[in-house]
Amino acid sequence: MTSVQPVDRPTDSAPPRRTLVAARLPRAFVWMVVPAFVLFFVFHTVPVLQGVFFSFTDSPGYGAWEAVGLANYVALLSDPRVRDAYLFTAQFAVVATILTNVVALALAVALNGKIRFKTALRGVYFIPNVLAILVVGYVFQYLFTFSLPAIGEALGSARLSSSILADPDLAWIGIVVLAVWQGTAFNIVLYLAGLQTVPPELYEAASLDGASAWRRFRSITFPMIAAFFTINMVLALKGYLQVFDHIMAMTAGGPGTATESVGVLIYKGGFQGGEYGYQLANAVVFMVVIVVLAVFQLRVLQRREVSA
Amino acid sequence: MTGPSVAAPPRAGSGLPPDRPDVPGVPSRRRSRRAGPEGRVNWWLTGLLVFLALTIAVPLYFAVVTALKTPDQLTGAGFGLPTEVRWANFADAWTLTDFPRSALNSAVVTVGAVVLTLLTNSMVAYAIARNMHRRVFKGLFFYFVSALFVPFPILMLPVAKETAILGLDNQVGLILLYTVYGLSFNVFVFVAYINSIPRELEEAATMDGASTWTTFWRVIFPLLAPMNATVGILTCLWAWNDFLLPLVIVSDPRAATLPLQQYVFQSQFSTNYPVAFASYLMAMVPLLLVYLVAQRWVISGVTRGAIK
Repeated sequence: MTSVQPVDRPTDSAPPRRTLVAARLPRAFVWMVVPAFVLFFVFHTVPVLQGVFFSFTDSPGYGAWEAVGLANYVALLSDPRVRDAYLFTAQFAVVATILTNVVALALAVALNGKIRFKTALRGVYFIPNVLAILVVGYVFQYLFTFSLPAIGEALGSARLSSSILADPDLAWIGIVVLAVWQGTAFNIVLYLAGLQTVPPELYEAASLDGASAWRRFRSITFPMIAAFFTINMVLALKGYLQVFDHIMAMTAGGPGTATESVGVLIYKGGFQGGEYGYQLANAVVFMVVIVVLAVFQLRVLQRREVSA
Repeated sequence: MTGPSVAAPPRAGSGLPPDRPDVPGVPSRRRSRRAGPEGRVNWWLTGLLVFLALTIAVPLYFAVVTALKTPDQLTGAGFGLPTEVRWANFADAWTLTDFPRSALNSAVVTVGAVVLTLLTNSMVAYAIARNMHRRVFKGLFFYFVSALFVPFPILMLPVAKETAILGLDNQVGLILLYTVYGLSFNVFVFVAYINSIPRELEEAATMDGASTWTTFWRVIFPLLAPMNATVGILTCLWAWNDFLLPLVIVSDPRAATLPLQQYVFQSQFSTNYPVAFASYLMAMVPLLLVYLVAQRWVISGVTRGAIK
């Protein structure tokens, strides 16, 4: 502690001017945060509150509306389109989260190994992250629609010779491929950052003991970067649950509504389907789901971190 | 600790693509590490990573060759080189999608969002970090950060109406919203970074009679340079590539950003894929070039954001 410490509470005996300078909050600090607070409140909090409010109405997004209580929420429960959207989103998000993290972790460990062209390779693996998902998605859409079937035909495989994006049961796989291709890049950087925190002495000791590469990963690397694994899983799941661009580019929710995610459904129903109030109720439920999942995931994975 | 420069490694370039010249400083560390018995370059792993990097290259290669073809060359899988190059695809895409306008819109929105974010978000974080002991500022911190858990779908319907009413359904609105919505994450990382800056510097400036404003702009803001780089890069990637926010906010087609323009024109391309791919490439190339030039900077910037 230094002797020149700003005094927090003014003492009664201190001369008024000194108190003003030392203890009062400088005006500047107030002016630094007030505009940001106002703007954040107006453009974030107000829309959220409006969203919650209109979720209890039958508003189509324009004109007159009436309060309908919990009717929207009750209707959500028995709406097959909503149920399918949640099932699709969950299936997509879980598979994409796991694949992205497994691939990213493996590539990060490899990129952190004793390799040549390290800088250049790291640079290449980050490229997908600087490209717009929507635009890359159009390229992938073409590949899945025309190129893969052509290759499948050449190979004489009946299954591969039709576009998987046109198959309601398989279209989601194409979206997962795009998501993993694009999302791995960012997670690699996070994992590489984590790997830098592992002290190299640990590996030296382990290699003296003759531990295999896999054993070194299991016993040293993974426990040391478990915190990064936790945060990556949470971030990836949160991101993939809100999947939107991928789907708009590749299937627009189709065939039919087979690949309609919750985000896409809210957008379509809310903006184009006149279901403003109804889709807002859906969005409120969606927000609760995301918060609950994030908290749950953090707790489970952190417990594992401690016991690992 | 620069080790003696080692001659070119054995078997360099054996079937591997040439590396871009490494930045000085990095090879020396790698070479000194190669001194020990375990320190040999793992060529097998390097080869595997180079091979896997092809998965990144394939869609990009495909986009390039397709953009150079005539429509009647689009048969089969389409991975072959064009038999006859049609550069006019780019000219067609340029005029069809009104590329200069949407590229300019994207540039204006991105630069505006980055500049405004850096100037304001760091300031807000500074005021919060230095007043964390006051309940209001602590509350403000959690208020901003908790928004990280609020998914965009809940506010996208109301905020679209709000911006339309306020006349912000254009580039100005986008800049404002990227700045405001970025607060949650940026305040989080800036506060952590500012906490590591010793207060003595500011106290010295205050002693010299500097106001809080002067202290921030002349003392603190320059010290934030590494974090400013991180936040600037992340904001740039987000604002340039984002599709959802322009989709729901922008009503005038003349204000469309590149991803939105790609979406709008997707239906018009359907008959002419080479022109479509030319326009995809033109949408991706600007940021890709920036990335290639500033590659190491970008990756280290993103890494810094990850560690905090």
